[in-house]
Amino acid sequence: MSTGTTKLDVVVADIVTVNDMVKRFHFRRRDGGLLPTFSGGAHVVVEMQDGDTPRLNPYSLMSSPLDTREYTISVRRDDAGRGGSLFLHQRVEPGQAMVISYPVNLFSLDLRAKKHLMLAGGIGITPFLAQTAQLSAEGGAFELHYSVRTAALASYGGELQSRYGRRVSLYHDDRGEQIPLDRLLAAQPLGTHLYICGPSGMIDWVRGRAAALGWPAEAVHYEHFSAPQPGLPFTVTLAASGKTIRVGEQQSLLEAMEQAGVDPPYLCRGGVCGQCETDVVSCEGTFLHNDHWLSEDEHRAGRKIMPCVSRFEGNSLVLDR
Amino acid sequence: MGITFRQETFRDDFSFANSPEHIRRFPFPFHEDSYMYAVNIEPHVAGPKGSVLEHPIDVDEHYVSEMQDRALVLAEDPLRCQSLPHMTLAGWDLLELLMTAKAESYPEHFSLTRDGDRWHWVNRPLGIDDRFTFGDVATLPYGPMEYITRQSQGDFCLLDQRDGNLWMDAGIVTTQADWSLDFDIGMNFFEWHAPVPLAHEKGIFTRALKFLLNVQQGRPARRLNWTMTINPRLDTSPENYHKWGPDRTTVTPENVGHKVHLRVELQSFWRLPRSNGLVFPIRCYLISMDELVTSRKWARRLHRVIRDLPDEIAAYKGLTRYRATLIEWLSAHDDGAPTSPGFGPD
Repeated sequence: MSTGTTKLDVVVADIVTVNDMVKRFHFRRRDGGLLPTFSGGAHVVVEMQDGDTPRLNPYSLMSSPLDTREYTISVRRDDAGRGGSLFLHQRVEPGQAMVISYPVNLFSLDLRAKKHLMLAGGIGITPFLAQTAQLSAEGGAFELHYSVRTAALASYGGELQSRYGRRVSLYHDDRGEQIPLDRLLAAQPLGTHLYICGPSGMIDWVRGRAAALGWPAEAVHYEHFSAPQPGLPFTVTLAASGKTIRVGEQQSLLEAMEQAGVDPPYLCRGGVCGQCETDVVSCEGTFLHNDHWLSEDEHRAGRKIMPCVSRFEGNSLVLDR
Repeated sequence: MGITFRQETFRDDFSFANSPEHIRRFPFPFHEDSYMYAVNIEPHVAGPKGSVLEHPIDVDEHYVSEMQDRALVLAEDPLRCQSLPHMTLAGWDLLELLMTAKAESYPEHFSLTRDGDRWHWVNRPLGIDDRFTFGDVATLPYGPMEYITRQSQGDFCLLDQRDGNLWMDAGIVTTQADWSLDFDIGMNFFEWHAPVPLAHEKGIFTRALKFLLNVQQGRPARRLNWTMTINPRLDTSPENYHKWGPDRTTVTPENVGHKVHLRVELQSFWRLPRSNGLVFPIRCYLISMDELVTSRKWARRLHRVIRDLPDEIAAYKGLTRYRATLIEWLSAHDDGAPTSPGFGPD
């Protein structure tokens, strides 16, 4: 019962600088054929070989699902991050061969919705670019509210407004503008579904207000795009494979396992899909759970860990891998 | 070399039969001499040439007659085909999947030409030659799901994925083992499986759901399920129970061989690209006991499986009325010799 995705051999057809922080990458199939059809909200995992370090980062597909001649992703440079975005910004060139996964959608539209209300923060705009393209072709009702730091960093803000007119609203932090959340949430027709993609603080804020205003949880959808956080190095024993490995400061536990030749299943690499869930055999120390998959009770119990994003500090940890 | 399609019936005079080649390719579901529920899901990859797993969507000698039987069921009861409004996109996904798979696997029987949204579909066995616009419902005589599944063997359930569950929000169900789409439509995975005994306690559905939610595009999965049917009847629905239920009382030692059929479902699970839904094709294969015992191994094994089956499972599968008669008949084909591992005939 193996899970996971099929890989696609692609070439970087083009790289476009969107603004100071963001570059867009265009991928085409190396054999010249069409890429698989996908649904708005899907991501691909981009595989990179950064010297000795393999990096596998998920990025939302932002191109129109109606055009599968190419896939595009937009990558925000994270100077304090672990290096995946820097690698893409600085080391990847047009014409380069790369490997990406088949699309996986963990942030799907609810097709029953009478209307889709979308709230984006910063680079969280990317899945909405694909979803609005899909909805507009089908005649679906949507409204997009997009919070940005400055006009210069409003990736695709202008394009979206010219494409969809008044259905798109922009809010600039540097002008003191803020999404009028309570008013928006109170004014929606019955059957509206709410989608949030942005920083954790924004997701928590919107979910909290929606709950307080009586929105059913089933109508509120969100996607965390948090990457694994760096942390102190630690040592782990993998009982099933009989290996003891060191997890580096800039490495996730999942990446360290993969580097050691142990391949747990994965899809999102961001703590939401549940695929890499791993049983703890024994431990002496503290878990730093960063996932959104396990419940709070499970976090406290310490019998499971999500190695894609979570870490450990202490004397010893033995996992069933 | 094309398939020679049989002209046969699944009702009234029940002229259905398998050719010797089709007996050999029957998807016998027991890999050992006993049976218990398990999460027996595996990747849906190509199997041996000539087997029902050779192609992703199998078309066999019963194709034309099965489609005629489906048309009869739908004419009597249109509610066997239903699609909630949000499932139309998934219907187009399914149409694309079935047309491309058939045209690729059986080019002598089916062809598909695509020019952007303008598609041309030719189904030679059923005499269909249609041009339509992909995505435009008005250009087809039926909705996309109904159009293509009137041309595809097996039942199809289209499932919406949301809230960490799967929802039976569309389907066409005319060859089913005693369940009703009209009853199950709109239910989630746990609700529609609620009647199955023992499996819930074993946590099977929780694990199966977790697996299915993560089936990805380009990586379909499959499993086999089985039951038994008296007479080669495809439509054993609750709606028509009055027509087939009483057949169970007609089994005698003299007629077991041609009346009792092993019914195997090849269920596969596919992620649909545009809708992010799933489709479960449930393909039914029938084989009479006379046909089955032409394989000595299958005869021995089926005898042992039916003899040792837990009573709850036998009752759920509807075997109780004729189980003793069947075991007695099968015992004459079981000399007690060991059986080889695996599903194959010998």
